[in-house]
Amino acid sequence: MLRLKVNGTERVIDTELDASTPLLWVLRDELGLRGTKFGCGGGFCGACTVHINGEPARACQLRAVDLAGVDITTIEGLAAQGGTLHPLQQAWIDHDVPQCGYCQAGQLMSAAALLKKKTKPSDADIDSAMAGNLCRCGTYQRIRAAIHAAASKMGGKRS
Amino acid sequence: MSGIHTRRDFLRTSTAAGGGLLLAGTLGGQVLLAQTTPAGAPTAGAATESLSPLVFVKIEPNGAIRIYSARAEIGQGIKTSSAMTVAEEMDADWSRVTVEQSPVDNTIYGAQTVGGSRSTPASWDALRRCGAAARAMLITAAARVWQVNENECTTERSVVTHWPSRRTLSYGELAVRAAAVPVPDATRLPLKNSRDYKLIGTRVANVDNRKIVTGEPQYGMDVQLPGMRYAALARAPRRGATVQSANIDTVKRMPGVSDVFIVTDAAADANELLPSVAVIANSTWNAFRARDALQIQWDETRAAGDSWSSYEKQARELSQREGAQVVRQSGDVAGAFSSAARTLEGFYSYPFLSHAPLEPQNTTAWFRDGMLEMWCPVQMVDRARPAIAKLMGLSLEKVVVHLPRIGGGFGRRLSWDYMVEAAVLSKRVQGPVKLVWSREDDIRFDYYRPGGFHALKGALDAKGRLTAWQDHFITFSADGKTPVGVGVIDTADFPIPVLENTRLTQSLLPLATRTGAFRAPRSNGLAFPIQCFLHEMSAAAGRDHVEFLLDLFGAPRPIVAGNANSTHAGRAAAVIRLAAQKAGWGRKLAPGRGMGMAFYYSHSGHVAEVVDVSVSKDKKLTVHRVVVAADIGLIVNRLGFEQQAQGAVMDGLSIALGQRITMERGAVEQSNFGDYPLMRISAAPKVEAYSVDSDSPPTGFGEPALPPLAPALCNAIFAATGERVRTLPLSLSGYHA
Repeated sequence: MLRLKVNGTERVIDTELDASTPLLWVLRDELGLRGTKFGCGGGFCGACTVHINGEPARACQLRAVDLAGVDITTIEGLAAQGGTLHPLQQAWIDHDVPQCGYCQAGQLMSAAALLKKKTKPSDADIDSAMAGNLCRCGTYQRIRAAIHAAASKMGGKRS
Repeated sequence: MSGIHTRRDFLRTSTAAGGGLLLAGTLGGQVLLAQTTPAGAPTAGAATESLSPLVFVKIEPNGAIRIYSARAEIGQGIKTSSAMTVAEEMDADWSRVTVEQSPVDNTIYGAQTVGGSRSTPASWDALRRCGAAARAMLITAAARVWQVNENECTTERSVVTHWPSRRTLSYGELAVRAAAVPVPDATRLPLKNSRDYKLIGTRVANVDNRKIVTGEPQYGMDVQLPGMRYAALARAPRRGATVQSANIDTVKRMPGVSDVFIVTDAAADANELLPSVAVIANSTWNAFRARDALQIQWDETRAAGDSWSSYEKQARELSQREGAQVVRQSGDVAGAFSSAARTLEGFYSYPFLSHAPLEPQNTTAWFRDGMLEMWCPVQMVDRARPAIAKLMGLSLEKVVVHLPRIGGGFGRRLSWDYMVEAAVLSKRVQGPVKLVWSREDDIRFDYYRPGGFHALKGALDAKGRLTAWQDHFITFSADGKTPVGVGVIDTADFPIPVLENTRLTQSLLPLATRTGAFRAPRSNGLAFPIQCFLHEMSAAAGRDHVEFLLDLFGAPRPIVAGNANSTHAGRAAAVIRLAAQKAGWGRKLAPGRGMGMAFYYSHSGHVAEVVDVSVSKDKKLTVHRVVVAADIGLIVNRLGFEQQAQGAVMDGLSIALGQRITMERGAVEQSNFGDYPLMRISAAPKVEAYSVDSDSPPTGFGEPALPPLAPALCNAIFAATGERVRTLPLSLSGYHA
């Protein structure tokens, strides 16, 4: 039995899991949190990005058994309780960022982690923080614009 | 082939029984505007729950409007633009419109396949007529309430107004009454003039954005059914190898594993169902883990020897002479070369490519009670469904296919091999099973864009005009006689038809590796050698490339006489001029910086692109800006247009810079994004998309913006450095982003 704290709630996984099972597949197959996406399984694409104690991490590269007691946040937990979207989610809509949309949960989680550290990121900050997230459709230009817009809305001052 | 219905087919289907495109019925107080039923009668009794698959537009009494989108959504934006098209003619209030994917049924919805940038042009008339019919029925309903002439009624934002009396009724208020209105003959309804469009041509955001940004499950990969099992396959790494034996019993004992077996189905196409061993487990991870624990002895006696290094060597040798097959011969090529002021030669090559959509291939299949239900990200659903029915020995209506939102297509999902696999597995599992491909599976077992080699020769006269063009195209063949379907040259490609003296020959290299359509099939390879060699010619002639191209195109006309679908010289010239103007073509740039231009016509779209690049001493490329100028007819969704331009540029940069599939001994060597790199955000240039104003009917933009990128970039590198790169990807020549 495994207990994980996901999006502020303790979740119990009864299924017997092999110790090697990545967090990604526990989220998706066991907990039904399917917003975190499987893209490559090798840590190259970032589609499975979640927050571990507020830091961005690739859920396909973390063993679930190692995560007891840490705060795990997934895309389902990015909006506020009650459904008010995170400013980044709203900016993603306003800038019409998604095309196929498959990578965007991971993009948003990386961007959200960035804005926690840098309230007014430069293009270079964005390039560096978002370097681990691939978009096959090529939405990068709008991702950049949306991050800047969300940062302004959140009242960020250049750090 | 039933994949692409013509508009005529659509209308014939729709009007076959009742003479109208739409009919109305009621369902729980909602109004359904649907196509005629087989019975042809617009009766309330027919509008039961079971009728809901027939619905295109549904108006609820509270004014909410639901529009169903029939075509698969792969990120090209058809779900948004098709609903915009219906809503425009309906004069629907867009803020009250929601859009849903329709069920899969060609007899109701016509073609649902997406590919070839055909979704927009092929649906354009039918969708507009659908909206116009709905509007007409609402007007009739209002006129009856007011006892007035319909001609005195107008519509705007989901409201019918009787102008003489200033009375209004909303679509919601009219919904139930509109249901009783006889269905008009939609083919006779007037359609709006493009000048009057309020929605079409504006910037409308993706209708699924909220679901996407909140992580709502909506992709095939997200399907979960009660009691569902997970499957992974270990496929033969070498083409043509078969399973000899495997440690099946050992792997069966692994935790969570319920079954392990050698996959066979005598009825399946060997190209679609590769020799493999299947693992069925209680989670994706357990399936993957067990799959990795398989030790399989492959029988390689009939395995293929496909080898990229050998192909390259053979192609170089073949390039020294003419191809065995003559594809086109015109004028006096030998004479033009012997009398030329200058001749040039160039040997170009481009590699195999994998599609690598970010959502790996998957299908969930549930075989039960003599029927098969499938959830699958597939582009070619119109052909896949009957093919699966045939394979399973089921009638078509016993195969129910659901189209989820799809995490990228790029042509990969025009094949349905993963559906064949899942169907075969589901028969054995006797319950719902989700087949998941790993990224390694996706890259190793693709239907690849074939590579190609071109030995080009060109002649210039004393005035620097192109007088002859020769291409020995070295391509691939599965049967030893003809090139693979997407590895062909087209004699209609510019500049061939505008030149008097041309000679195209080809040679075939034997290939067992699977090939298939990749975004802008054919054009995605050909644009590079053709557009770069044209630049070699203009540079050798000392002429400005834009002026050289415009001169070659000459008078506005289709460049193939009598073929209205061929490149139009006038439209080509317009986009070349627009791209040049927007890019500031001709202005002086710093040393190490250059602009390159390329044009290409594909999938009914004329597109010119200018790339502005700086090249450092260690060959680092900084793409400052890419200008895309296109004529794709009328643009339905301006945002969609810009997105496809940006996406095609990024795709083009990935292809030009570092993507390459190689195979040795019949096995593909790449496996994940580590060795098959996609561009990252740091390399994303500013992309500006411009369109030529056009009243021509809309065409798709998923593809035409891709082909010009690689040649425009290579031409820019030449302008910046003087180095002519004739081999893709550029990483082989030391360039990097």
